[in-house]
Amino acid sequence: MGSSHRRWADGGYPIMKRKTQRAVLIGSGMAVLALAVGLAIYALDDSLNFFLSPSQVQAGDNIPSNTFRLGGLVEDGSLVVDGEMNVQFVVTDRVADIKVYYDQQAHGLLPDLFREGQGVIVEGTYGQNLFTASRVLAKHDENYMPPEVADALKEAGEWRGEAPE
Amino acid sequence: MMAMSRLHQYANPMRFARLSKSLLPWVGALTILLLGIGLYWGLVASPADYQQKDSVRIMYIHVPAAWMTLFVYVNMAIASAVGLIWRHPLADIAAKSCAPIGAGFTLIALVTGALWGQPMWGTWWEWGDARLVSVLVMFFLYLGYMALWQAYDEPTKASRAAAILALVGVVNVPIIHFSVEWWNTLHQTASVLKIGGPSIDASMLWPLLIMALGFTAYFVVLLLWRMRAEILARRIHVLMMQKASA
Repeated sequence: MGSSHRRWADGGYPIMKRKTQRAVLIGSGMAVLALAVGLAIYALDDSLNFFLSPSQVQAGDNIPSNTFRLGGLVEDGSLVVDGEMNVQFVVTDRVADIKVYYDQQAHGLLPDLFREGQGVIVEGTYGQNLFTASRVLAKHDENYMPPEVADALKEAGEWRGEAPE
Repeated sequence: MMAMSRLHQYANPMRFARLSKSLLPWVGALTILLLGIGLYWGLVASPADYQQKDSVRIMYIHVPAAWMTLFVYVNMAIASAVGLIWRHPLADIAAKSCAPIGAGFTLIALVTGALWGQPMWGTWWEWGDARLVSVLVMFFLYLGYMALWQAYDEPTKASRAAAILALVGVVNVPIIHFSVEWWNTLHQTASVLKIGGPSIDASMLWPLLIMALGFTAYFVVLLLWRMRAEILARRIHVLMMQKASA
């Protein structure tokens, strides 16, 4: 024990090793931090979602009794507008369908990108199989193309449309 | 001893000052060229989107700025780690110089995103969206890093405290990138860096990539400039201290 002390420099450890020591300290600190954040994210999981899917709402688990958001596609052919600008449509994830009611006069016009077959997020309350929305947001997908390309894809039957989340 | 260590400290920054001086005009010219081509191609020559119409052009600023938000942060974190481990003053200067540039790019990404979100989504900002909020956190990390530098009088102490914050903040980089995959978000998923290739038409992808290269060159210009200014400021500080003590 006593003789091995002589191999160490004045600080109690070899000077050349300080850099390695710092590197190891930083590396292990980062690893522990990553683990902690990973666990936190894992634990928070569902609460960090911006919206619930129609299947989740239909299954009924963890449906908040107050306002929450529902997201999916506006089902083709489901949009109905009555004379007083009230709209009804179906939000689907191709597994479950939820009927949505929205009053444009009370809450403002639908966004420009709102259309059938497109992604949508509605905010409101759910009860008796009807989602009463007080806000409607259009969700844009990750596909960017000029109109000619979109038309050509549709003509060729290659149009995939929006895939549900 | 003091003189020796000071010589050692400034040997590399001096070499850097010479190298950066000869590099700057070239990178500056490249920046102007790339941004000139990219802006014309993206804002004028590229087609409008089939859904978003001309609003898609915001993407040519927003997406490169958002990429730079992450790219600059990773650079700042690497420089911080090098500064912590090897105690290299040039690395500390590089890390310090990254912060305001990264904060600027983050602000551009946030503002252009809001400007696009209002007409497209129907909202400027959503607090519940993981992508939006994680990028805002990144903005505050940059500001916090800058504030830490201001909080200490001594550059060595400041650089260490700030470097640790920079390294802690690195966890936010994968969170930002994967937020749109891990959680349901209002923000769309990645169009370019995705499995199965880009889902963006070539006529829009090319100007976007040119803009991204232009933003990167612009970052290099700003970084070199800021580092040079910081080295000069420190030399002035040392000279004034010497004059005061003489």
